[in-house]
Amino acid sequence: MKILKQILRTGIVTEPLSSDVREAIKEAGAGLDEVIRKRFRGSLAIRHVDAGSCNGCELEIHAINNPIYNCESFGIHFTASPRFADMLLVTGPVTRNMEIALSRTYAATPPPKLVVAAGDCGCNGGIFGESYASLGGIDKVIPVDVYIPGCPPTPTALLRGILLAVGSRYPGL
Amino acid sequence: MSILKNAILSAIGTDATFEGRNCLASIDFCIVPRGKFADAARAMKKTNALLVAEWSADESPFGRGFGVFACYRWGAEYLIVKIELPYDDPIFASITDEFLPAYRFERQIRSLMGIVPVGHPDLRPWIKFEDWPEDAYPLRKTFKASQTMPRVPGVYKFVRAEGEGVYEIPVGPVHAGIIEPGHFRFQAVGEDILTLEERLGYVHKGIEKRFESFSWEEASRLAGRVSGDTTVAHSLAYCMGLESMTGCVVPERANWLRALFLERERIANHLGDIGAICNDAAFAFMLYQCSRLKESMLRINHTLFGHRYIMDRIIPGGVAADIDEDGKEVMLSEMKKLLKEFNRLVDIYEENASLEDRVRDTGILISEKAREMCAVGIVARASGLNLDCRLQHPFPPYDRLRVNVPVLISGDVHARAWVRIEEIRESVRIIREILNTIPSGGITAEAGIPAPDTSGFSAVEGWRGEIVYWLQSGPKSEINRCMVRDPSGVNWLGLEQAVLGNIVPDFPLCNKSFNQSYSGHDL
Repeated sequence: MKILKQILRTGIVTEPLSSDVREAIKEAGAGLDEVIRKRFRGSLAIRHVDAGSCNGCELEIHAINNPIYNCESFGIHFTASPRFADMLLVTGPVTRNMEIALSRTYAATPPPKLVVAAGDCGCNGGIFGESYASLGGIDKVIPVDVYIPGCPPTPTALLRGILLAVGSRYPGL
Repeated sequence: MSILKNAILSAIGTDATFEGRNCLASIDFCIVPRGKFADAARAMKKTNALLVAEWSADESPFGRGFGVFACYRWGAEYLIVKIELPYDDPIFASITDEFLPAYRFERQIRSLMGIVPVGHPDLRPWIKFEDWPEDAYPLRKTFKASQTMPRVPGVYKFVRAEGEGVYEIPVGPVHAGIIEPGHFRFQAVGEDILTLEERLGYVHKGIEKRFESFSWEEASRLAGRVSGDTTVAHSLAYCMGLESMTGCVVPERANWLRALFLERERIANHLGDIGAICNDAAFAFMLYQCSRLKESMLRINHTLFGHRYIMDRIIPGGVAADIDEDGKEVMLSEMKKLLKEFNRLVDIYEENASLEDRVRDTGILISEKAREMCAVGIVARASGLNLDCRLQHPFPPYDRLRVNVPVLISGDVHARAWVRIEEIRESVRIIREILNTIPSGGITAEAGIPAPDTSGFSAVEGWRGEIVYWLQSGPKSEINRCMVRDPSGVNWLGLEQAVLGNIVPDFPLCNKSFNQSYSGHDL
């Protein structure tokens, strides 16, 4: 009973997209919804791969799943296996010890294999740079479609990047 | 005279040299002959001290060989025992027999520094993977950080159980959820877990080596990224370590702001964890409610301090963000609202029988084991150990704040969740106290540069538990060594113990209740 009460009291807290994200979607092409609907049957499945992050980016990826950002309202959901993922959302830097696991995950993903590199470290190695243990950005190991800078990138930046990546691969549609 | 120092003196006598030059009087530091390292450990064991960390440093820039250090703790006291080894004969007697956590510390010392702990039962590499060249010892000064290492063939031998119906489940490194990578190897019969072996090191980014190429000031940013969810506590621990070397006196107001950031980080992470624990027991309602509360805290962090996780706001010598009267008002009303909503959720948690069925008596870490593995933080407090540096080794302003630390004895998933629940309430109270009593004044001081060949130490209670930093300056006052011990460095061992006899499907729940950092462990 208390649960129901709390649910009713909370109501729907999901926010409409902030204006900059709406802009970005417009930029990415008006047919973006169309792309997700046609190409991905209304749902974009993302496999998250931590290739060596400090776990700061993971906090924000969790945040886009919270009821306020509610990424599922765009048909975006996170899947447990790369085998049925449309997109890999990778945080970095890629450590030497994760390099093989990352390539294997990429190999296990069916086309279109969209790849989004999240966070400064995923983009270029960030503060960890390149060393004996860190190879640097994600693109050192697998091809990347969209880069989302930030330390960590905000949930809005993540959402915008993910939607941009979808648009980037199917500009004409 | 302190108890630990007495114990060392009575066991080793005049062979132990106590030095004031290191760690600037905040803790005891002694050098003992190489052969007495294990004797010192036995003496420490006798006084019921806990092993905090064991590490090594390459001291060749000073014309010495290697230093191996063990840090012990008893109540409010910390004592570091050091031995010096010649460069061409890097061996010492293992203390694994006395202290369980030395098991991994020493594997790491061998893997990354190439010093052999004689008598250690298991010398498989740790952090270093089997495909690294055998003679690659990254923490040695002769090892260039920028080099690319070739891959060599090698096999990691997992522990295997044998018998009828025994099978093996390998999990990871890429897990099913949005979490960090690590490998777990279960030996199971039916659904029952016989053993769990963790294999970590996947997110080893070479952080300790990286520190050595940074300036003292830049390094606080790196410390803030050892484990992103603990950014405040790590940068605080680093800065306090540095300040202990330079004698920098941090302005009062900055100390209070540091505590404010630390408690906000504690609440935000605990909220996330409580939600995630319930979610892993199939009670998604709590996850969404808690993540909603967490999100609103993060937003207020962003508005008031310019970053959702208050990253890089603790700097050497002080803080980089202040709070004004309006900010205080915002936060006080936030705390009021948060506590009201949170208490409502706790009622729901308590009254939910199906949730109780999952979290009670699951993943028990008994008190004796928690003590044996020298657990810290939430994990220790859920297993009957009253350990909290805010209480026992209080750093300012906790020496003036009253902190009530919840301790439970059942050691199960519920206990670890409940410690978090109580801590959220306590942190709300502490934040209110801080806001009401924070002194005015400046928020930064000159941190300064340490003198050559000195060392600094700090212990900070982050939301997971005690974080320890040990810093050493080189001959040119640069960073010669920065040892980082996240709570995960010891608490991961507890998970292996806690899941024994549980069923495999309860593993995610047990794991979530520990929620240790992979990045903070692998470094």
